[in-house]
Formats: sequence, structure tokens, C-alpha cells
Amino acid sequence: MAGFLQKIKFDKWKGWLYLSPAIVLLLIFTVWPIFNTLRIAFLEDYNSLTAMRGVKFDFGFANFAKVLQYDGFIKCLSNTMLLCILTVPVSTILALVIAVCLNSIKFLSRFIQTIFFLPYVTNSIAIGMVFAAMFSVIGNFDSGLVDSYGIINNVIGWFGGKPIDWMGTGSGEWPNYVVMVIYIVWNALPFKILILLGGLQSVNKQYYDAAKVDGTSRFRVFTRITVPLLSPMLAYVVITGFIGGFKEYSSIVGVFGDGMGPIGDAGRLNTMVGFIYDALPQQQLGRASAAALILFGIIFIVTMINLYVSKKKTHY
Amino acid sequence: MSENKVINQTAEKTAAPAASAVTMAERDMAKVTAKQRVVKVLVQVALYTFLITMALIVLFPFYWMLISSVKSLEEYNLAIPTLFPLEFHFENYVEGFKTAQLGQLFLNTLYVGLVSTALSLVITVISAFAFARLEFKGKNALFAALLATMMIPGELFTITNYQTINNFLGLNTLGRKLGSDFLMSLGNWSNTYTVLIVPFLVSVFYIYLLKQNFMQIPNELYLAAKVDGTTDIKYLWKVMIPLAFPTIISITILKMMGAWNSYVWPRLVANDDAHKLITNGLRGADFTVDNMIHYPRQMAAVAIVSLPLFLVFLFLRKYIMKGVSRSGIKG
Repeated sequence: MAGFLQKIKFDKWKGWLYLSPAIVLLLIFTVWPIFNTLRIAFLEDYNSLTAMRGVKFDFGFANFAKVLQYDGFIKCLSNTMLLCILTVPVSTILALVIAVCLNSIKFLSRFIQTIFFLPYVTNSIAIGMVFAAMFSVIGNFDSGLVDSYGIINNVIGWFGGKPIDWMGTGSGEWPNYVVMVIYIVWNALPFKILILLGGLQSVNKQYYDAAKVDGTSRFRVFTRITVPLLSPMLAYVVITGFIGGFKEYSSIVGVFGDGMGPIGDAGRLNTMVGFIYDALPQQQLGRASAAALILFGIIFIVTMINLYVSKKKTHY
Repeated sequence: MSENKVINQTAEKTAAPAASAVTMAERDMAKVTAKQRVVKVLVQVALYTFLITMALIVLFPFYWMLISSVKSLEEYNLAIPTLFPLEFHFENYVEGFKTAQLGQLFLNTLYVGLVSTALSLVITVISAFAFARLEFKGKNALFAALLATMMIPGELFTITNYQTINNFLGLNTLGRKLGSDFLMSLGNWSNTYTVLIVPFLVSVFYIYLLKQNFMQIPNELYLAAKVDGTTDIKYLWKVMIPLAFPTIISITILKMMGAWNSYVWPRLVANDDAHKLITNGLRGADFTVDNMIHYPRQMAAVAIVSLPLFLVFLFLRKYIMKGVSRSGIKG
């Protein structure tokens, strides 16, 4: 009997047969690209059209040197880094505070939780257009011939502030960044809240009871119990936040459109991923591959730093 | 909890006239708990104030989208925006729908979403079954290799895939050499539905998710079915799929949302009207009227595109949140 069952379970070919569709597709669209993109990155000025005609390319680091000198690359790199550094801490801290508050209420807790999750199930391009509408000034800001300064400027006005040209033609760089930071944080909150709240709910209540008996202050409970116990989730949220932040692209398209910048200054807010995708329609795969490897290297290093720091600080 | 009990007990004791001999200690206790209660209420008020304020800020863009979509252009352009529409212009929805050609885009997206979800589910189910139930040489090594590919950023794949789909397996070049239009068209996938569906059919993450779920189903069921002479397919259909149905729903929703929200790949490879997907169409649509963006129409179109996602979320929230908390991916 045992032999019979063994025979049923062990079949040399059946497993591979069942897996064959997945394997074939993965070989073509996942495994081959890993090797090919690596190869292309080291072939100088690799161009898919001329490659099809049988042209040969020199091997070397030329693509990397050219990418670094390429017009706009440094701008893409600094934009990406800046948005990362601005959005990840803000969204993580805000998500942590909201999650802790959500965890300490009972009435309406699930309802409010659902509201905070809502931005997650949206189309980031479509809602980006809503943010653009909210920040846009209708009319010509510089000449003062303005119909409406838009809802955000009106809200600022209620608090006594002056209107700002957030994203129009001739708008400043910092207002552009502010718009993007607000949108990216709004977009990033739901996932972070979900993970952190899940972590909070699995924390052992005894720690809090013990703190209560000792009469520990709320702030001390937060810094000495909640944050350490939550540190694995915090590390996870920060690491995925940085990885996502380095790949920022479609949220900027949502707000600023394909031009990746205000009208008259296209590409001002372009990012690393945008740089890679811009090279593809020009068939400049060598440039794209080199940039992708640089991006991969940066993400790898930042993730390693994150892991190193969290290993030192994380309490399991 | 325990605090409330103490309060209730003291309250009962002080209220009871029979127990007139209220000790000092009890009176002090009542004072302390009353103070604690006040602090607790204040903290709760602060918590709700903060959370509701934040919730309103989070909700505001949706509210702005909805009210703007029914305003007239004149009302939208007022210097001081109205926070509730003075009159309702539902014709914006008709105009927005027409301007962005949402009908055609919707059909394209629905087709790509349904076909890719169906095919992807078939591949995911049989792969997960092979990993969870069958024994064969090299299984663990293969599974580890699949998981390893998950760590590589998608942009690396996109670059080569962009090249692959223009000259699939070299068929385009071969066809050109042989002068065969048929071979050339087999090799060139740009502006087809194939290019939007095939490269993303296999998701290692979904295989992993479903495999974990399948493993929880006792092996004895499979062996019993085998002894009875049931085929694998029948067993999958009658036992495995029903038992793992929640995971399958999660995968379906995430995959459909992926088609609805995809932007980058379609923009690169399928730009013509016949294959354009809804997000690309919406972003590319020109809502300009007399040199001014007609925001109400644009917001109406955005609302139409957002609505299906909200409906899915409303009815299938449980599955989405489960899938998301385990994956951390969007679509």
C-alpha cells in the first residue's frame, strides 16, 4: 500500500508537465531579461533596431559613463532621492500615529479604518489628476489675471496665507515638490497604516497592563513599549517605502502628466524610472539598462543600510 | 475594563444608603477614579478629534472630485470655490465620457483584464498544485529559484521585454529574411492584446500564495482521491479550488485591479486607439475648451474611472485587505 501511494505521489515528469506553462513564460519574460539586461548594460550604445540588423557593439563600461554625463540624469537622480527622503519619514510617522490612535478607540474604529484604507484602492493616475485640479490656479498667476486661485490656495487664504503658484507655467521648484510630497504621502498612508495596525493588534496586552500598574505615562508607554514591539513592522514599512520611493514614477505622471513637470519645463520632476522609460522608445536600450542597474545598485545599498540599522535597533 | 469595575463598585457603595459607614479610603478612591475618568474622556475626545480630522483630509480629494464633477464651468472657476454645488450638471458625465472615449477604453481594459485573469489563474492553480502536492526531482531548487526572481526590480525585465515583443524569438528578423509577412507579424507584438496579456501571465507571488494555501489541505484527501481513481483535474476542481477559494478571489481582484490601473507598459507598447487601456486614455485625453481645461468634465471622467474600484472595494474589502497585507504590492 505504502509503495502504491509513493508511486502516486512521485511521478518524474508530471510535476514538470504541470509547471511547463509557467516555466516557459518565466524563461522568456523573467529569466532571459535578467541576463540580457545585464549584458546590454555593458554593450556600448546598444540599440535594439541596429542590433536586429546584426551590428556589433563594444564591451565595456561606456554606458555607465554616458548615463552619468547624460543631460538630466543627475536631475532625475536628485529628484528621486529628494522625494524619497521627504516622503518616507513623513508617511511612516503619520501612519504610526494614526495606527496607534486607531488602536486605542473602539467605537467606529472599523469605519474610520476603512476610510484610511480608501486611497489604496484608487487609480494613482486618476486621483493624481484630482490633486492637480485642487492645486491648479485658473488664469495667469504672474500677470494676476486669475479667475480662481484654486481650493488649496483658498484654504491657505482662510488661515491668512498668500496664494502660491503650485504647479502652473513658471511655478517654482519647491511648490512642485510640495505638491508631489503631499500626494505621495496621501497615497502611501493606507498600506503603512494597515501593516502597523496589524502589528499593534498582535502585541501582547500584558505589557500595557504592567505599565498601567506601574503608572507609566502615555508617552513613555509609546516610546518604551509600542515602538520597540512594533519595530519589525516599522522596519518592513520603511524598507518597502524606500524601495517604492526609488521607483516613484506614475504618481508624478498623474499630477503633472507625461511631461513630468509644469508646462514650459518638462522633465523638471523626472525620476530614475522615468529616465529609463524615456530611453526605451528611442531604442536606447544600452542607456536604459545601465540606468536600471544603477537604480538597482542604489536600492540594494539603501536596503542593506536599512537592514543593518534595523537589526541593531529592532527588538524581536 | 478593571477601572470601570472599580468605579461602578465605589458608585454602588456610596449610593447604597444602608452602607452609611463610608470609610476614608473609599472616599479617596472615588476621587482618584473620578479624576482618571475625566482624563480618559479627554484623551478619547482628543483621539477622535485627531482621527476624524485626518479622515476628512484623506477623504477631501474624493469629495472635491465628486462636487467638481457636477459643477458648471463658471461655478468651478469662481474666485471663492463653493463647497457644495449650486446646481447639478450631470451632463458633465456624458461629455467627460465622450471626450475621453471611455466606452472604447473600458471595453479594451475589460477584455485584457478578463483574459489575463482567467489565463493567469489557470497557470497559477496548476503550478501551485504541482509545488504543493507532487514530488519530483529538483522541486525545491526550482521553487527557490522562482522566489529569487521576486527580488529583482521590474524595470530590469521591462527593458528586455520591450525588445522581445518587437522581435519575439527572432521571428521578426527571420520573417524579414524569408520575406514572410506572416512570420514578421508573429514576431512583432506591438499594438496587440497579446503584448498586454502574455508577459504578465505568470506571477511568482500568486503561485507562492496559493501553494501555501494548498499545503494546508491535508494530503490524505489527495491520496484517497487517487485510490478512487479520480483525475488530478477533477480533484483540483472539486476539492482544492473550493477550499482555497478566498485566496483565488484575492488573486482575481488584484489581477483585475492591475489591468485597470496599469499605465507604464501599455504606454510603451500599445498606444493605438484599438488597444489603449483606460488609465492611458484618461491621462492622455484633452479636456481643453476655449484654451481652458474643463475641470468639471475631467473630474467626471476621473470619477467614472474610479467608481468600479470603489464598488469592488465596498463589496470585497476583506479579500483585498488580506491580499494586500500579505503582498505589499499594488495590483
